[in-house]
Parts: sequence; structure tokens; C-alpha cells
Amino acid sequence: MLQVENLTVYYKTIRGYVRALEKATFTLADGEIMGLAGESGCGKTTLGHSLIYLRPPMNYIEGRVALDGREVPVWDMEQMREFRYRHISLIPQHAMNALNPTRKIGKMIAELLESRGVSYAEVLPELKRRLDLVQLSHDVLKMYPIELSGGMKQRTVMVISTLLNPSLLIADEITSALDVSTQKAVCEMLVEFRNQGFVRSTIIITHDISILYQIADSILVMYAGQLSEKAPTETIFRDARHPYTRMLIGSLPKVGVRYQEERLLGIPGAPPQLLNPPAGCRFQERCPVAFDRCREVPPFLEISPGHFVACWRAY
Amino acid sequence: MLSLERVTKIYRLGAFGLQKLTAVCDVSFEIGEREIVSLIGESGSGKSTIGKLILRLIPVTSGKICFEGTDISTLDGWPLKEYYRKVQGVFQDPFASFNPIFKADRIFRMVHDEFYPEMGAREWAEKVEGALRAVGLNPPDVLNKFPHQLSGGQLQRFLVARALLLDIRLLIADEIISMLDASTRMDVLNLLADLKERGLSILFITHDLSLGYYISERAIILYRGRIAEMGPTDKVYNRPLHPYTEMLMESVPRLDRKWGEEIRVEREGGLASPAGDGCVYAGRCPLVMEICTRQKPELKEAETGHFVACWARL
Repeated sequence: MLQVENLTVYYKTIRGYVRALEKATFTLADGEIMGLAGESGCGKTTLGHSLIYLRPPMNYIEGRVALDGREVPVWDMEQMREFRYRHISLIPQHAMNALNPTRKIGKMIAELLESRGVSYAEVLPELKRRLDLVQLSHDVLKMYPIELSGGMKQRTVMVISTLLNPSLLIADEITSALDVSTQKAVCEMLVEFRNQGFVRSTIIITHDISILYQIADSILVMYAGQLSEKAPTETIFRDARHPYTRMLIGSLPKVGVRYQEERLLGIPGAPPQLLNPPAGCRFQERCPVAFDRCREVPPFLEISPGHFVACWRAY
Repeated sequence: MLSLERVTKIYRLGAFGLQKLTAVCDVSFEIGEREIVSLIGESGSGKSTIGKLILRLIPVTSGKICFEGTDISTLDGWPLKEYYRKVQGVFQDPFASFNPIFKADRIFRMVHDEFYPEMGAREWAEKVEGALRAVGLNPPDVLNKFPHQLSGGQLQRFLVARALLLDIRLLIADEIISMLDASTRMDVLNLLADLKERGLSILFITHDLSLGYYISERAIILYRGRIAEMGPTDKVYNRPLHPYTEMLMESVPRLDRKWGEEIRVEREGGLASPAGDGCVYAGRCPLVMEICTRQKPELKEAETGHFVACWARL
């Protein structure tokens, strides 16, 4: 179980702090697959990365993170080493380029495990079992990354990332460069990893909300560095309470909808600059139902079990 | 209006161009007046190559592309310029389409110098403002700014406005939505629909199936450089005939239906060259028959306007 409280991370620039993540508070239950959605620049990658690798120019400002009841010192690069890979693991955005091109896959895994003090020989039977599960031949261990196709590399990276059964897996935009057929296979693998108990909880960072509808248990929507809404997937789609979530869901094209029959609308305007963001709710300028109260930051409150929202109109 | 007849493009690769890569093979289709056609395919299917061939950015290896009856490869000098007056392209990355050193509206001035050198400054400014309003931008907000001061959606509409300054008849829109955020992409997509109402034809190149359905009358499904299936959009989507299209339609993440339970990793068939014998999809196809590896299926009309290239379905 992951608990995040008031996590605030800014980027340091010469013109001041870019407020990329503001007081994020949420929990992630055991076995939960949570989708983290939002437009580019909303802070979703900042949130994901700050849980595992909070490096400059990211600056830890405040907040605490606990994983399975244990404090995670996200601000301390050295102490985090114990958590990385073993307890918190990441599938990077361009997983296909994450493999060392000069090593055979097996050798690379051996080196990686060694650096964590784990014996390769001990893990090997489990590794082979997992390669079977994702339908990869054991021969990939003797191959160089260049010999694998994009989809095979993606699957290899997924197996490597989850090999030590991390408690938390962060998947950063792993489907965005893939074709639809591979995309589906990769998503189903994430679910399978959870079902098999290889990972306890998963955060999937993506801008593609239709993917989340397929596999996520819950969705956390972010806007301009603030958490807008977190709820079970069905609730986000059927009964969202934050106007941004509603407009975002409304703008998604669906197979079966033609522009002649139903014209989908975008959201007018653009997100605010995060260097000096306006006080209060950051969506207020684009919000059709904004009122005076919105100049104060709305708290992220639980309005029904598991459904959190930060909007003055929703309480 | 525009027709492709058995168009093939072979790229030469490697040292001295000794290796050959067939990117597009025997592709024939037409785009009619006031029609939005989506060209849908995975990465590497040759969809962008077809866009570039139509824009004459690269030459065809064999086959013919005709625009209003003239073979475009024969155009040169003034007729070629006239062609570009009527056919224009907009590409995927709006930030890469602008030179960051210059202000964004420089692209309009270039059109002026190149195509309308005789037009006076005031008349031209009015024309630019008209084009910007037509794409839903407010001229004072966007003129006289550098590309980094504008959003991706604004820049993309800028590029469409640039095309509108000419007497454009056909727009090649190559993945113009995929870099944009959900909140702005619908504005650009709806803009394409509006342009069609004004009499434009559009070739909408995309890998996103739901966008293709939303915007187009006809869809062409491309697989490894060949047309697998083409026809009216609702028929291709709702009653696909080619096994590849069927697989695509099952895999596309939809908001009204969840994926089936089973985990199915697609067979990793060897990547067949579109130039070789046999169907290019045979290695991954669940319906593969003996003939599929020997002989190429031709594109045949299965029902009115709905074509498919598959031995199992003919």
C-alpha cells in the first residue's frame, strides 16, 4: 500500500520555481492498478518519477511517502537506492531504448541483479517462467537487444522491471509508441503481473484515457500540477464531479461516433504557466462553472467512498 | 480528383544503396471531391510515404499519381507551382515545422513572396486574417509571436491557415493530431470537418482508429505497404473483412466495451517484404491457407465500394 501525503515537487529554474506538483495526497491500495492521466505538462510524470528518482532540477519541497507502512525517503538519493528496483520499480517511457546495446540480455540482467546483491543463478528459473508467461523464448537471454523487435524489447523490459516482485510499479507512457495490437498485449500483461502477484500496486502514467478504461481499477486525473479527481474507473467515466474530468472524457473520440452525428468539443483555452500560477484552483480560467470561491485552493476531499475530488462545486 | 495507380516506392538503403526496402507496393486508390479519406496503418506501413509521394517530396518508383487527370511526376516549373497552390500538406510535429529563430507568421510572408508577389500589403493582411479566423484563431492573439509562445494546437492551426491562403483543393494531413492533447485535438479535428464543408478534400493519415472513424467517409487500411482493405468507414469498422482489420478493431481501446479476457500475444511472424510472393499478412494471419504464401491476393470488391485483399474472404 502506498500513501502519499502533501507531496510537493518544484523544478528549479533561473526564473524561479516551476510548481509542477502541488500537495499531492492519495493512497494506492494493494493490488490496485491506478491510471494517472492528464495533458502534457500537468505533472503526471513528475509525480511518478518523484516516487522513485527525484533528481535535479526536481526539488523536493515537502510531503511524505510511505510504502507498506515504511517511510520512503524520496528526497534522499542515497537512501532511495535500497528501494529502487527492489521495492519500487519503473518501466521507462522509451522502454525499447532502455536496454544496454553492448550486453546480451542475460548478461545485463545478471549485472543488474548483482548490483542489488541478488544471485542470477537463483533467480534464473523464475526469470524463465516469466519469459514463458509473456511468450518470449529463453533464447532472448543470449541475444543482443538489436536482435529483438520493438514489442519483444518492451516485454523483456517489463519482465526485468518486475523480476524482484516490487511493491510498486510505475509504468510511464509505455504504450504510446506501440501499435494497437502490441499496445493491447502490453496492457494485458500489466494486469497479469498484478494477478500473479509479481507487483502489488501499479501506477500507469498515460495521456491515453481509453487505455485506462480497459485496465485501470482507478484513475487519478491531474491538471496543471494539482490533483483534480481520483475515483474508480467506472465512476470517472460515468459520474465524474470535476468539470475538467468531465470535459476531458467528453472530448474523447469513440469508435461509433461521427462528427456529422455528434460533434465532440475540446476545452477552450490553455493550461496556466506553472512558473507563477494563479492562486486557487488552476482550472478556474477554463472552467465553465468557476465562481469567487475558486480563488482559494479547493481541498482534495473524499465525497463518497474512494471518490476524491478537488472542486468547490462538487462538495 | 486525385488517383493513385499501382504506386510503388522502393527506398535504397545501406552503402551505395545496395539494399532495397519496399515501403509502398501496388497501391491504388482515389480521393473524390469534398471527401475525407483516412489512411490508417501501423508504424512502418508506408502511410507517411504515400503522403510524401502525393506531395511530390519524393519520387515514385513505379506507378502513377494523377491530379485532375495530369500525372504529377511530369509537372515542372510553373505547372508544379500551380499544383502546390492546390495541394498542400500539414505534418505531425507542429514545433518542427517552424524555424524557432523567426516569428511564426513568417510562414505567411513566405507564401506571399512565393505565390502572390503582386498582392499589396493591406490586401494580404486581410487575407491572412481571414484564413486565421477560418481556422478558429483570433489574429491579434497569435500574430507577431514566436513559435514557443504558441501552443501546439495553435501552431497546427497556423499551418492549416497557411494552406488555406492558397487555392487549396486537397490537404494531406499526416498525423496532425497525434502530438496534441486531448483537450485541443478535437478543435483541430472539427476544423478539418469544417474545411470539408467548404469544399476541400482531405487525406487524413493516422494510426488512431477512433479518430479515423470520427472524421472520414472512407477508410483505407494499410499493412506493410499494401492496402489490406478499403471502403466506407462504417463498413470497414463494423464489418471488417480482412483478418488484419478484424484484429485491429478488436485491439483498439474503446470506451463502450472492454477487451475480452484472454491474453493473446500476436504471433511474431517474420516481416514479409511486400515485394515478395504471397500475402504480407500470412505470417501473422489466423486464417492462413496454402495459397496465401504462394500468391498475392488482389484487392477485390466484396460489396459495393468495399474492397479487400484476402484469399480467405473472397
